[in-house]
Amino acid sequence: MSALVIVEHDNKQMHSATRNTFAAARQLDNNPVLLVAGQDCKAVAEQAAKMAGAHSVWLVDNPNFAHQLAEIMSDLVVSMASSFSAILAPASTFGKNLLPRIAAKLDVAQVSDVSKIIDQDTFEHPIYAGNAIETVRVLDKIKVLTIRPTAFDAILDEQNPCSIEHLDKTIEGNSTQFIKQELSRSERPDLSSAKIVVSGGRGLQSAEKFKLIEELADALGAAVGASRAAVDAGFVPNDFQVGQTGKVVAPNLYIAVGISGAIQHLAGMKDSKIIVAINKDAEAPIFQIADYGLVGDLFELVPQMIKQLQAM
Amino acid sequence: MKILVAVKRVIDPYVKVRVRVDGHGVEKQNVKMSMNPFDEIAMEQAVRLLEQKVATEVVVVSIGSETSQETLRHALALGANRAILVKTEESYCSLNIAKILQKIALDEQPDLILMGKQAIDGDNNQTPQMLAALLDWPQGTFVSNLNVNGRAIEITREIDGGLETLSMHLPAVVSVDLRLNEPRYASLPNIMKAKSKPLLIVELETLGLTLKNHVEILNVKAPPVRSAGVKVDSVEELLKKLKHEAKVL
Repeated sequence: MSALVIVEHDNKQMHSATRNTFAAARQLDNNPVLLVAGQDCKAVAEQAAKMAGAHSVWLVDNPNFAHQLAEIMSDLVVSMASSFSAILAPASTFGKNLLPRIAAKLDVAQVSDVSKIIDQDTFEHPIYAGNAIETVRVLDKIKVLTIRPTAFDAILDEQNPCSIEHLDKTIEGNSTQFIKQELSRSERPDLSSAKIVVSGGRGLQSAEKFKLIEELADALGAAVGASRAAVDAGFVPNDFQVGQTGKVVAPNLYIAVGISGAIQHLAGMKDSKIIVAINKDAEAPIFQIADYGLVGDLFELVPQMIKQLQAM
Repeated sequence: MKILVAVKRVIDPYVKVRVRVDGHGVEKQNVKMSMNPFDEIAMEQAVRLLEQKVATEVVVVSIGSETSQETLRHALALGANRAILVKTEESYCSLNIAKILQKIALDEQPDLILMGKQAIDGDNNQTPQMLAALLDWPQGTFVSNLNVNGRAIEITREIDGGLETLSMHLPAVVSVDLRLNEPRYASLPNIMKAKSKPLLIVELETLGLTLKNHVEILNVKAPPVRSAGVKVDSVEELLKKLKHEAKVL
């Protein structure tokens, strides 16, 4: 079994989810190959080469791949696929965009959001917003998998860098053009990999009042999340959204403030180690899964909490 | 411009699904079904383009059993011009669904295919990307804004760190995200009108496709249950418990 991991990055930094995906790949192959495609992305290849267990890193450094558009990335990966029996990427928007295109070009199935590897052909993944777990056996020769990062422990150990092989590949004729990216800037930890997440919902009432969630997050060194209701109401941008249609998180501590706990939201956070709910409605469904529940007005409780945390 | 919209009949998003005790999937008997919510958004976008006279025809397609006609009638009531049901009793993996849609796309020759980014049952988020690959068309996935400029479209995609804007030539496949629009309700007169709109039923076998099995579903089980913990009375008690009992602070 030989596995290829497609490294997610922004041409400067390897995305942390690659470390979890690499951990999954190592369950299939002791020495997976990592593919870094981008522009001026040598630093990323160097980070990948240091991950414990990396056998070799293939670097395609070419302006063609600057924005890693699915149309040309898929052609690149398909051109090298015959050497591999598994192709993996994180189940992030990057991996979800790219891997089905690769799978279809190879005429093989793709398994999404793999949460457990049972053997070389058999995988578990959540369906119905996490309300059921499906076990599937892939009958195709090449397995194309997106990996749920929170289900695999990141490889943080380092080794002496493995070899970096420069591949000279150009893929021409793309009908898609990159125009721009608008990223939400934040000094806080990344939502999908944070140890603590504080999320706010409709109960916060406005964008101004949502600042309270940010203050609590800062007191805890936590990332900020939100329910779909809070995003739709315009309190925060959509990349803060936790749930079936947003991000899936599994921190040590998840604090849900003013969130009722709809199925869609629970799909994104119910694998957190400890869940705390703060809500004025004692009947809110969130209390059915919370380890610790506090019933009351969040506008009184949260400021108290911030004050006490600062004193700790 | 002609638009093809693909829709799927799924268990209603507000239903709490129950896993069958025999491990063969989830209980679908006597369960409320509806159009996949992401597909409703794709449908709404197509109808808006029709109203803006950007689109000249909207064709809606679904793959499934006889009962999927209901979902197609709903799409017709929302404003689609005509519907196609590819009738089959079997359920297929995303790749085979994409192959069936590819056949329909080759017959219909749409300029744009609109689909939901994922179905809320399988949660796969694969079919649009696979269809784009099979047709060798560009793909715009997780789209929250769409502008048509002649033979090109400009789309804004929801990505993990924020938003990304791309432009691409038509024909293209676009998968839509929740924030693209607010779907309308079908009015009673439109529901009545939809009954007389054309709905073509095609038996899958007549399409001449050879579909092989790519995956075998071994079983479906319920996730580990999480039970309710304790209610605390004060912020002080909560922090004490988080620090000393749960040891997460």
